[in-house]
Amino acid sequence: MSDQAPIVVVDVGLGNLRSVERALRAALVAEGMAPERVRCASDPGALREAAALVMPGQGAFGDCATALHRHGGALAKAVGAHLADDRPYLGICLGLQVLFESSEEAGGAHGLGVFRGSVRRFRDGMTDARGARLKVPHMGWNQVLPTEDSAAAWLGRAHWYYFVHSYFVAPEEPSLGCVAGETDHGGRFVSAVARGRLWAVQFHPEKSQAAGIGLLRAFVRGLP
Amino acid sequence: MTVARRLIPCLDVKNGRVVKGVRFVGLRDAGDPVDCARAYDRAGADEITFLDITASHEARDILLDVVERTADQVFVPLTVGGGVRTREDVDAILRAGADKVSVNSSAVSNPGLIEAVAGAYGRQALVVAIDARRRDPNDPGAGWGVFTHGGRVDTGLDALAWVREVDRLGAGEILLTSMDRDGTGLGYDLELVRAVVEAVGCPVIASGGVGSLEHLALGVLPIAEGGGGADAALAATIFHDGHFTLGQARDYLRARGVVVRDDATPEDR
Repeated sequence: MSDQAPIVVVDVGLGNLRSVERALRAALVAEGMAPERVRCASDPGALREAAALVMPGQGAFGDCATALHRHGGALAKAVGAHLADDRPYLGICLGLQVLFESSEEAGGAHGLGVFRGSVRRFRDGMTDARGARLKVPHMGWNQVLPTEDSAAAWLGRAHWYYFVHSYFVAPEEPSLGCVAGETDHGGRFVSAVARGRLWAVQFHPEKSQAAGIGLLRAFVRGLP
Repeated sequence: MTVARRLIPCLDVKNGRVVKGVRFVGLRDAGDPVDCARAYDRAGADEITFLDITASHEARDILLDVVERTADQVFVPLTVGGGVRTREDVDAILRAGADKVSVNSSAVSNPGLIEAVAGAYGRQALVVAIDARRRDPNDPGAGWGVFTHGGRVDTGLDALAWVREVDRLGAGEILLTSMDRDGTGLGYDLELVRAVVEAVGCPVIASGGVGSLEHLALGVLPIAEGGGGADAALAATIFHDGHFTLGQARDYLRARGVVVRDDATPEDR
């Protein structure tokens, strides 16, 4: 048992958290750290005591927003306080999208609004340069190109990651500076954002083999 | 760059051990599925599929244990299929750590299962496997029938009508196996692959008949370039027998102009 503050995988009841938990443990072991630091939790008290939050999530933006704002928004407030202190946060898939204000997927649902902008759906009927149909959802391995050196330090230079999603984030001013990585699917979309110790990605590091474990190792390295 | 075509080794599992099927008969024991999956993960498989061919439903716990142990060590998407009959089967497999469940016969007998699983977990968690056979071996115009129970039962369904239906009901992907080609090493039934790719909006995984790297390339090259246009290529024998490594397959596909993942991840962080 470790007496260090835990790394909390936030459970909003959407999707299986175990693959994220397993991959984080593998990353901790690879860094010579105690794998027992990883916990899954859904109560705001546990979030407040966390050294780092990892917010995964598959499914619908609206369900995720609803879960965060349930019970007077206790979870949303705990996550918001964590981010306001610039404590380490890793968002995965919905854990990225929910940082924005709204989504085409769920009219009227409010995200955390950490960044200005919305979540949009890929258009149907897109084609690639060779005329092949691009499908929605965007599923499979694709490359993430970091926008600057500080992003390359955790995303890598042009690594391949596993994606599965139909929606992507579209930051707007004054949040355009959060863009950390881009990926091509019928044009470039934002596949990673960062601000201080907040990192959030559209792809699934827990399913992205060595590239993904490398990202998780970079995240846990140097945690308090 | 664009999304890569995927290479998926498939492991047939019976009573918790890996076997290899040739035309669905003549199986041989070939090792521990967890070790095999880990080896494929290290070798750069884009995904891994387990097909459980255990006859007895009572042996399900053995499979779930294999899935659980695999998920602890393998960090690419894992699909598990074979004998998935009920919503409870689906729940148990996903809970054990699989990312996707593949359904075949049960989707035919109970199409509502497709909607139920897609509704509960999202389309991405559901692969609908289809075993198709030509109505007339020499005339693709005669179409393909859908077979279940390892190819023994003719459902009477037309394959193209059925893939449109499962796409509409919520299949995240279609795993398309040609019964005519499975185990022959003669290559995919490209006419079948093209017809299905053009019929549906969801991704299509080509399966059945790969005997060479050329076959893999043809499965996933664009239709306009003479390929099948599939999103992913599933193969068993050519990888299991060590004829070719995944690395060789990847290099070959890249040389043929197919976008594939570069699994050599530099330690640059």
